[in-house]
Amino acid sequence: MNNWLTETWPWYLSGPLIGLFVPALLLTGNKVFGISSNLRHICAALIPSKADFFRYDWRRIGLWNLVFLLGVLIGGLLATRWGAPTVIAISPATKATLNQMGLHDLSGVAPREIFSWHALLTLRGFLSVVLGGFLVGFGTAYAGGCTSGHAISGLANFELPSLIAVLGFFAGGLAATYFILPHLL
Amino acid sequence: MTTKLLIENEGFGKAEGRPAFLLVYFLLGIAFGIVLTRSEVLSWFRIQEMFRFQSFRMYGIIGSAIAMAAVSIFLIKNSGLTSASGEAIAIPRKTLGTGARYAAGGTIFGLGWALTGACPGPLFALVGSGVSVMAVAVLSALLGTWFYGLLRPRLPH
Repeated sequence: MNNWLTETWPWYLSGPLIGLFVPALLLTGNKVFGISSNLRHICAALIPSKADFFRYDWRRIGLWNLVFLLGVLIGGLLATRWGAPTVIAISPATKATLNQMGLHDLSGVAPREIFSWHALLTLRGFLSVVLGGFLVGFGTAYAGGCTSGHAISGLANFELPSLIAVLGFFAGGLAATYFILPHLL
Repeated sequence: MTTKLLIENEGFGKAEGRPAFLLVYFLLGIAFGIVLTRSEVLSWFRIQEMFRFQSFRMYGIIGSAIAMAAVSIFLIKNSGLTSASGEAIAIPRKTLGTGARYAAGGTIFGLGWALTGACPGPLFALVGSGVSVMAVAVLSALLGTWFYGLLRPRLPH
């Protein structure tokens, strides 16, 4: 157990730990684990709108989740401060594919050739960050949840809507991976 | 009660504003951010590896997370436990409708998931972890959600 705070955790530790946030939130305040509702809460709080979708008491419904989200950001900061791998140990096959597609620097948590302020002005940087972010916000609001709300909370509660949503997540993800990214990178 | 109809996926609580509870949510959030970072779920590289079926890792993580959550929900439901805030624990069920919102919305999110390499939780954890350009992706995501709010009456659900 040396340096467990700075080392990559194996899947069989990471997964169950993620799953434990579901009972932790239920047992604390009868809250359902789901991150993407926060995007809606932030819109409701900050952007004046006549749309019914944003007319509700965001403090009463969502303050707990916004506080949780602030924690997520700080958790990312702390864990990275303690130490982070300079290169994510992805499979050699993925490395080869990415190299082939024109990515040369595979260090960091995300490729700097796409995800940096400098790259934001390139086509691939702009589409990955700006268009990608937009689709994440639009899609999760439309589907009523993301990986946490549908894939984890929803599937664990055996909900058919969540199964449909998760199949959609993968359909979209595979389409982008095989049909869009090869032209983008 | 439009609000009640629209907010079907969130629990309602009486303990909302209580500082002690907010502190617990904050600490749980920090723990979640740490797990996302150490598990490398927030990495674009891991997401690519997953969508290319070149490693079991992400499937193992998502699968065991669901299993742990499912067992926990089963135990909580059968124990009759109440939450620390004093409520009976109930997970509101999602309404199916035509299913169109789940299929279409899910697919749209999936496209964004592969492009950004991040779902909403990791998006925020990445900003914290120093990939500051992801703040732009967060703003875009807010714009996307806002745009959905405008289009909502015209979209099939």
